[in-house]
Amino acid sequence: MDWINNFVGGLTAGQQFALFSLLKVVIVIFGAVLPIVAYAVLVERKVSAFIQDRVGPNRSAPFFVKYLPVVGPFLVRLGIFQPLADGLKFILKEDFTPSHVRKVYFWIAPAIAMVPAMLALAVIPFGSTLGNQKMVIADLNVGILYTFGIVSLGVYGLVLAGYASNSKFSFLGGIRSSAQMISYEIAMGMSVIPLFMLVGDLNLSKVIEYQAGTTLGFIPNWLVFKQPIAFVIFLVAAFAETNRLPFDLPEAETELVGGYHTEYSSMKFALFFLGEYTAMVAASAMMVVLFFGGWTLPFAGLDHPAATFIMGFAHIGIFVAKMLALMVVFIWVRWMLPRFRYDQLMDLGWRRFVPLALANIVLTAVVLWAQNAK
Amino acid sequence: MIVKRAKLSFWERLYVPALLGGLQVTWKHFRRTLFGGKAVTMEYPEQKWVVPEGYRGAPYLVRDQTGDTKCVSCQLCEFVCPPKAIKIIPPGPAGQPADRANAEKMPREFEINMLRCIFCGFCQEVCPEEAIFLQRDYSLTGLSRGEMIYDKEKLLALGGTHAGVQKWKDKLDEAKEQETFPVKG
Amino acid sequence: MEDALFYIFAALTLLFAFLCVANPFSRNPVTSAMFLVLTMISLAGLFVLLQAFFLAAVQILVYAGAVMVLFLFVIMLLDVKEEERRRFNPFGIAIGGVSVIGLGFILFSTIRESKVGAGLKLTAVKGSDTAALGKALFTEYLLPFEVISVLLLVAMVGVILLSKKDLK
Repeated sequence: MDWINNFVGGLTAGQQFALFSLLKVVIVIFGAVLPIVAYAVLVERKVSAFIQDRVGPNRSAPFFVKYLPVVGPFLVRLGIFQPLADGLKFILKEDFTPSHVRKVYFWIAPAIAMVPAMLALAVIPFGSTLGNQKMVIADLNVGILYTFGIVSLGVYGLVLAGYASNSKFSFLGGIRSSAQMISYEIAMGMSVIPLFMLVGDLNLSKVIEYQAGTTLGFIPNWLVFKQPIAFVIFLVAAFAETNRLPFDLPEAETELVGGYHTEYSSMKFALFFLGEYTAMVAASAMMVVLFFGGWTLPFAGLDHPAATFIMGFAHIGIFVAKMLALMVVFIWVRWMLPRFRYDQLMDLGWRRFVPLALANIVLTAVVLWAQNAK
Repeated sequence: MIVKRAKLSFWERLYVPALLGGLQVTWKHFRRTLFGGKAVTMEYPEQKWVVPEGYRGAPYLVRDQTGDTKCVSCQLCEFVCPPKAIKIIPPGPAGQPADRANAEKMPREFEINMLRCIFCGFCQEVCPEEAIFLQRDYSLTGLSRGEMIYDKEKLLALGGTHAGVQKWKDKLDEAKEQETFPVKG
Repeated sequence: MEDALFYIFAALTLLFAFLCVANPFSRNPVTSAMFLVLTMISLAGLFVLLQAFFLAAVQILVYAGAVMVLFLFVIMLLDVKEEERRRFNPFGIAIGGVSVIGLGFILFSTIRESKVGAGLKLTAVKGSDTAALGKALFTEYLLPFEVISVLLLVAMVGVILLSKKDLK
C-alpha cells in the first residue's frame, strides 16, 4: 500500500483529480454498470419466466461448472452464466447492414443511443466518501439539469436509427420515440421542481443531505413521503423515457416488428438493447437520489458521510441495493400492464401529468410560503 | 352490435385498481412458480413427453404378418412427397422378385431423407399397399447428413410388423356386400 | 488550459455552424439539422467555460434536446428530398450579398461604438448561478420576462387555432 500512497502523494492536485476521476469512471462503468445491465437482462428473463409459470434460462454453463459440487448445478439452474452466453452470441453474430440504409447514420445511431444513458450517470452520487474522495464522478451545481439535458439527447439515437434504417417500421418507431420522449420530459422536469423548492439546491449531493434523518422518529426524511405526487409522475415518466412497457411504443413488437431497431443485428442491436437497460439503471439511480435518500439509511448513523472505509463501502452497498430494488419494479411492471395505445399515452402525459405537476408546484410553493410566513 | 364503453369511476380512472389487480395476479404466479415448483415447463432432454397413440411422426416402412416387405415399389409416395424426401430405386427387369408371393416386385433401394421429410403423411395416404406408416418417433438426430438418409433396411427395422392392417380384407368384404341387393349403405 | 478549451470549442462551433449551412459533402437536410445540434452542444461548452452552468444545461436541454428533435421530426415527416444541386441564381446572390454587407456593417459599427469591456462592471455571483439568474429574472427583469411569456402564449394559442380547423 505504501507505494500507492507515495505515488498519489507525489501528484499535484490537478493530476490527482484527473486520476481519481478516471478511476471512478472506469470502475463505475465497467465494474458496476455493465455487469448490472447484463444481469438485469437475466433478472428480466427470470422474473418474466416465473410470472408466466416457466423456469427461465437454466442451461448455459462453461464446461468446468459441472465439476463443482452442489454449488455448480445450483448456479446453472439460476442461469448465472446466461449473460456471458448472450454477450458471446451478440459478438459472434453476423453484423448485417442492409443495402437500403443510410450508412453513416446507421452506424452512429447505436452509439448515440448508448452514450447519453452512460453520461447521465456521471452526476449520480453513488456513495458518500471513500477516504477523501467523494463518491460521485462529477459533483455539478446543476446536477439534475445536466441529467435532463443528457437524457434528452438520448432520443437522437432512436430517431436517427429510425431515419437511417429507411424502412417504414423503423421510421414509425423513431417518430413515436421522439414525440413520446419530448412529451414526458416536460412532465418529468416539472415533477422534480417541487423537490428543489424544498431542498433549495440543484446539486444532487445536497438533495441527499436534505433527506438524512427522520420525522417523528421513524419516518425517513425521504422526499418520496413529502412529494408522493412528484414521485408518481417521475416514475411513470421514467418508464416512458426508457421506452419500457407499458410505454414501449417505439418498439412495439406487435405493431412495428421491432420499431427503430428492426433493421439492426448483432452488436449494433446489442447497443440499443444495453442502452435501454443502462437508461433503466440511470433512471433508477436518479430516483434513489431524488426520492429515496440516496446512500442514506435513517438508522445506525448511516446518514452521515462516512468516516471509515467500511462505512464508505456500506453506503455504496445501500445505494446499489435501493437501485436494484427499483430496477426490479421496472422489470415487474413490464409483465403486469398491457401496452398503452398511442393516444392514451399522449393523453396521460399532456392532459394528466403536466397539469398535475404544475398543481404540485403551486401547492408546494403555497405550503412553503405559509411556513415561511409564520 | 354496438358495445357501450363502460363508464369508469374516479377510483378506476386512477389506474389503481388495474395496478393492484396486475400486481396480485403476477405475484401469485411468481410465488407459485418460484416457491411452489409449479412451473409448467417440461425440461425436455431429461423429461420426455409421452407420445400419444396415433401420433404422426417419422414415416417408416412396415412388414406384413409373415415378415415380408409390403412395399411393391410403385413409386407413388416418391411422386407425391412434397419435399422430395423419398427416393426409390425399383428392381428393374432382371431384379430380385418380391419376397412375398402375391406381389410382383419390391424396391431394390428405398431411402427417406429425414432432413427433408416434413411428416406430412401424404406417403401413408397415397400408398396402395399400406406399406408406409407415420410412426411415433419425432426427434431424429444424427451427426452427419448422410446418417440422416434412412435406407430400406433401417426403415424396415424401425417400422416393424403391421399384422393388424390387412389391406384387401375390407375391400373384399365391401365387394361381397355389393353383390347382394339392395346395397347396404 | 481554459484558453485552449475556449479555442477548441469556438473552432468547433464555427466549424459545425459552417457545415450546417454549407456542407460540401452532403445536401441532406437531416445532416444539416444534426450539425446544428452539434453547434448547440459546442455553444453549451462555451457557456461552461464562462461558468454559466445553468445556461449550458438549458442550452442542451431546450435547444439540442427538444427544439432540434422537433426540427428533425418535421424534416423527416415532410420527407424533404435532398436539395437540388446548386444553380447559379444572380438574384439570390445579390440579395444575400446585400444582407451580409448590411448586417456586417451594423455589427461592426455596434462593436466599435460600444467599446467592449470599458464600462462593464462584472460582479461575482454569490452562491449558485441558478439562484442568481432566477432572482434577476423575477425582480429586475420581471416585465420583459412576463412580456416574453405572453408572446409565447399568443404563439401557442395561434398554433392551436390554426391546427384545429374545426374549432369554433
